[in-house]
Amino acid sequence: MNKAIHMSLPDATTPTDPSANIVSVRGITKFYGSDVHALEDVNLDFPTGQMTTLLGPSGCGKTTLLKIIAGLLETTSGEVMVKGKAVTSPGPERAFVFQDFALLPWATVTRNVAFGLELTGVPLKEREAKAKSYIDKVGLSGFEDKYPHELSGGMRQRVGLARALAVDADVLLMDEPFSAVDEQNRRKFQEDLLHLLSVENKTVIFVTHSIEEAVYVSDQIVLLSPRPGRIHSIIRPELDRSSSPDDIRRDKVYLDTVEEIWGNIREYLD
Amino acid sequence: MTTTTSPGVVSAESSEGTAGLKLSGLQLRLISIVGFFLAWEISGHVPISPAFPTFSGTMMAMFEMIFDGSLFLAYFETLKPLLLGVGISAFFGVTIGVSMGLNKKSRWLWEPIFVVLQASPVAALIPLITYAYGIGITAKTVAVIILASPIIVLNTYKAVGNASPVLVQMSRAFQGTRMQEIWKVIIPNAAPVIFAGLRLGVAAGFIGVILAELLITPTGIGDIISYNRSIAKYPHMYAAVLSIIVFSAVMVGMLEKAEVKYFRPEKKRGQ
Repeated sequence: MNKAIHMSLPDATTPTDPSANIVSVRGITKFYGSDVHALEDVNLDFPTGQMTTLLGPSGCGKTTLLKIIAGLLETTSGEVMVKGKAVTSPGPERAFVFQDFALLPWATVTRNVAFGLELTGVPLKEREAKAKSYIDKVGLSGFEDKYPHELSGGMRQRVGLARALAVDADVLLMDEPFSAVDEQNRRKFQEDLLHLLSVENKTVIFVTHSIEEAVYVSDQIVLLSPRPGRIHSIIRPELDRSSSPDDIRRDKVYLDTVEEIWGNIREYLD
Repeated sequence: MTTTTSPGVVSAESSEGTAGLKLSGLQLRLISIVGFFLAWEISGHVPISPAFPTFSGTMMAMFEMIFDGSLFLAYFETLKPLLLGVGISAFFGVTIGVSMGLNKKSRWLWEPIFVVLQASPVAALIPLITYAYGIGITAKTVAVIILASPIIVLNTYKAVGNASPVLVQMSRAFQGTRMQEIWKVIIPNAAPVIFAGLRLGVAAGFIGVILAELLITPTGIGDIISYNRSIAKYPHMYAAVLSIIVFSAVMVGMLEKAEVKYFRPEKKRGQ
């Protein structure tokens, strides 16, 4: 029996309640140049305090949508609302975790984690203290003075995550954060991330191409169709988050949801 | 000459204890240098040419010139246009190169000049320089600048132009201003290639100053070389040539140290 709940697509005309949805996108269409049509009329709400995953086959525009929300890419039409206000550029309420980490190779772990604070002019002592506390939270104590090339892929992404947490944004935007991390570290990292987010109370928008990862971490999964990207369906896996990670991965709802999404995505691959 | 660490030397250090012959990196480097001088000494005795002195003869001549002070006087003369020219080339070269990497209009303005300069046989331009600037220090400084600046400008431009787009995007995502993006991300990111250009530029500056001293007016080291050649005191001529090679290598090595110390501290470790 499949307990995952399917929701109707949000209507472009419905006014959004900013307290329930911290981020909303309305009528987003994106063309690269004149011929590549990446996104077509995307309307989405991101509920406050929840983890929403953008999932879909490659080329469906999920990273494009994430970078538009981040203010790193311009839309062709449509708008992004953050806390009820339209935004077109990066802002303090959003922080980004990059697929390939985007760490400064010449800076230590501490300076990398503090870099977001450095850019907004936080004094050295204060930002280093804050960086230290997040380095501890992501499990990198003892590596404060190392350089990125001295760390493994998984550790580098922990630095990227700590940097995003340190600026204390309400919304974390994560672009395939585990795709450059090996499988064992990926699982450990997913568990640590869920634990950390339950403490930090963030809204997360997460891009992935891994169905299992999406179902495991998400409150809400947005399945996108390939180019031009449109919303195929929105799925809310009703998993019992209080059980252990291994039990969740053996849970019938978890397995059924993964199967169902795979069935949907398979259509596009033929 | 002795400041760079080649990968071969590192592996010799790490295989220490397993190999029968235990040699440290320093010992290997010394062997390399001593071997070269030994080969020179032997070929000087063969002799390859009456104009080719032995290593020991060359070193005797060098000590002679060091103790009578003539080598220092010569360097004092040579260093004036060299340091002036290299300093001007480094400052304006890096500035122009950075602006070319960041700005399309600056690129269109400067690129043709420096590409043509880099491709042209500069020795042919030196008579023109003497027409314009006479035979004094100005002409020699201009010769240094003409040789050193294209390499510095073009390397800087390419390094800045190819700055990592991911890091630039990261800086924007964390609300970095354009100035922060340039100073905290693009320039440090480009530093290794900018410094490679500076090292090549300094080496080219040495070529420029020696060319100028040989072709414009014989002063400094160029004078020692051409004078001793004309009176067939070959050991003295070779001693001057050797000293300028060593001096140039030491300067280039010092630049590399400065780069690692101030711009790329991560290179000190784990490489």
